[in-house]
Amino acid sequence: MEILQLLLDGFVVALQPTNLFLVIVGCAVGLFIGAMPGLGSVNGVAILLPVTFIVPPTSAIIFLAAIYYGAMYGGAISSIMLGIPGASTAVATTFDGRPLAIQGMADKALVAAAVASFAGGTISVILFTGFAPPLAHVALAFGSAEEFALMMLAFGTFIGLGGDDIPKTLISIFIGLILSSVGLDILSGQPRLIFGDIPGFFHGINFLVLAIGIYGIGEILWTIESSRGEVSVSQAVVTVRRILGSLKELLKSAKTILMGSLLGYFVGLLPAAGATPGSIMAYGFAKTMSKNPDSYGKGNIDGVAAPESANNAASTGSMLPMLTLGIPGSPTTAILLGGMVIWGLEPGPRLFVEQTEFVWGLIASLYVANFFSIVLNIAFIPIFIWVLKLSFTILAPIIFVLCVVGGYAPTQDMHDVWLMLLFGVVGYLMRKLDYPMAPMVLAIVLGPLAESSLRQALLQSHGSMLVFFERPISGPIMVFALLLFLMPAIKAGKKMITRRLQKVP
Amino acid sequence: MKLTSKPLILHFMLIAAAAVFATNAVAAGWQPKKPVEFVIMAGPGGGADKMARLMQTIIEKHNFSPKPFIPVNKPGGSGAEALVHLKSKTGDNHTVMVTLNSFYTTPLRQPKLGINSLDYTPIARMAEDTFLLWVHKDSGIKSLDDFVAAAKAKGGDWIMAGTGKGQEDELLTNFLNSTYGLKIKYVPFKGGGRVAKELAGKHANSTVNNPSEQLGFFQAGDTVALAAFTADRLPMFPDVPTFTELGHKYVYYMQRSVVGTPGMSAEAAEFYRDVFAKVYDSDEWQEYKKKKSLLGDFLTGDELKAYWTNEIANHKQMLKDIGEIK
Repeated sequence: MEILQLLLDGFVVALQPTNLFLVIVGCAVGLFIGAMPGLGSVNGVAILLPVTFIVPPTSAIIFLAAIYYGAMYGGAISSIMLGIPGASTAVATTFDGRPLAIQGMADKALVAAAVASFAGGTISVILFTGFAPPLAHVALAFGSAEEFALMMLAFGTFIGLGGDDIPKTLISIFIGLILSSVGLDILSGQPRLIFGDIPGFFHGINFLVLAIGIYGIGEILWTIESSRGEVSVSQAVVTVRRILGSLKELLKSAKTILMGSLLGYFVGLLPAAGATPGSIMAYGFAKTMSKNPDSYGKGNIDGVAAPESANNAASTGSMLPMLTLGIPGSPTTAILLGGMVIWGLEPGPRLFVEQTEFVWGLIASLYVANFFSIVLNIAFIPIFIWVLKLSFTILAPIIFVLCVVGGYAPTQDMHDVWLMLLFGVVGYLMRKLDYPMAPMVLAIVLGPLAESSLRQALLQSHGSMLVFFERPISGPIMVFALLLFLMPAIKAGKKMITRRLQKVP
Repeated sequence: MKLTSKPLILHFMLIAAAAVFATNAVAAGWQPKKPVEFVIMAGPGGGADKMARLMQTIIEKHNFSPKPFIPVNKPGGSGAEALVHLKSKTGDNHTVMVTLNSFYTTPLRQPKLGINSLDYTPIARMAEDTFLLWVHKDSGIKSLDDFVAAAKAKGGDWIMAGTGKGQEDELLTNFLNSTYGLKIKYVPFKGGGRVAKELAGKHANSTVNNPSEQLGFFQAGDTVALAAFTADRLPMFPDVPTFTELGHKYVYYMQRSVVGTPGMSAEAAEFYRDVFAKVYDSDEWQEYKKKKSLLGDFLTGDELKAYWTNEIANHKQMLKDIGEIK
């Protein structure tokens, strides 16, 4: 068991006093950064990167990885408590987390998020430990065609759901796709939909701006209208017994969590995808496979568990291509990669052989970070619940300020703040007209990835669509995605046949 | 990197104390009064980004500036977003930018932006990055002749992966096509790391990556360098001939420079020149240059402007050749 020996050596590194201290500080800092809307792990890691030159490289990456990890836990907090995604990776968590909080079950949602994150993190670290080198080959085998097939699968999970109003779902997806095409096109370099050269549109529409607008601002407007000023304070309570009870109930979500972890991990492995699409896809899959898809979006605990397990698993997953291939799997790992250059480490296939102390110290520290994150997270739940009990007249201005900061922080451009406020009004109107908003958010995240991979694959194949079906990995994924697209029709057909059979006894 | 492992908190205190004293110690000339916005004309994780963050670290480590440099990525539109941003801050003394060759090509390709590259304040050229022609080891290609033969046989099915449209990689691909009578198909991706992976995963037949982008795969023996677009052989790749040696005088470099806003005050420009001259002379920067096969000496002021003028003329011709501009 060579791997176990290496892992043990790794634990020796990770449990050194300095490193242990850094892991705990990192998790706490990450938790806070993740919980602040607009400040994601990307910002946290980027800001703290120069600080790390005062410690050895291994300690430095352990510290930054702990922040990355803590932020994945923290992102769920404001998603659930305030309905504003704390980080892009936690957008899907708002879909069900917020309704749960409104129903007075915020503690349940927070526990679910923490436990799912822990499970996702642990499962993926175990996969990482056991199968890092072969999995690096999986990441290499994914070209543009496979990437596009995967994106189709993600879209399929949102369309192929009965229950929701299908035309409205489609319209919502199309609006998202149009918004995602704003900015400069990567392939031709030409500007698109920039409304007469408004410079703020050159970088495209940051999807966090859309998500914070429609969920944060839209939610405030909606609450003001629906309550007519008399907002009832949330009835949330928290006791040790309730937390233990929630833990027991979570056993029912075990399957969802396992699915979310595996899916998140594999999506995280792929370059350029990262934790955000991973968590959104996990939500879509959980909903598709659920026996009761209608309860999603209205406060289903599985709707919190799936994206939270996936985003933690994906954050570990995206470390793999960073270390073995030198390609970042997410924006945060891109900055970690820059850090490795500063510390004088060369990422690539040989890193696992030449820098065993570094690699295994990092892997072991992920186990440790996972443990401290869940402990910190559960310990803080009473404080979060206390925040939720503040009256709406205090909470609403705080949420508003957080939204504005969150819109400004990623690009530091006032243009995005105005845009976010506009999306807030649009989100409110869409809600009044009963349009689902999740598909729009999904589309703006996956749209650019789907578009560039489609066009790259078609360039390589001279325009032949067969490229998606001929290749051994993309073929089956594509067929499965098409089946999901056809599911509403199949379901309708089935209904018709059974009705006929009943008529003719 | 030699680092002690004293308790972390001590280090933080030391840095805080050092920062306070530094503000008083360096008194002469113009000084930034607030944090300096350090715009990066590319996305996170690419060559320019890594380099910018290394510069930031060196500045902080040696306390070259009394106020910190805060990196902000503005990758939109092959650098158009960053160029427009700096232009909108004309006369601002607290904004500098790390730039590359899209500093010339983007304004040339998009005249509507109304940008003249020579308006920006020249601060420092920190290095010139180099380009090599790469193929996968399993292709069995060992020389440029093999490459030309293989690419000719495949015609339009030969895929060259590269970064961006109408930028460095496509210009080099065009050189190969026109010089050797090939029909290589150019497919743009986002970021040099991604391009390197396309080759290692055999989704593309060749790339013209910088050494820093292919280094990991090269050292593992997955990819092979065939020829260098440099004047002389690179010390790191002593067995790889240059295109000039192989009969076609073709040399192409990518600048790694720092520029200030248009109309920045002379005193502020002097301060930044001084900071980056110190960064250039630091051991860390010199070692990075050596390890990543970077060339190019420190240039500043009028010399840098003259260099730009020459490069702009070259790029205008190259873009005309591929039909990107008239």
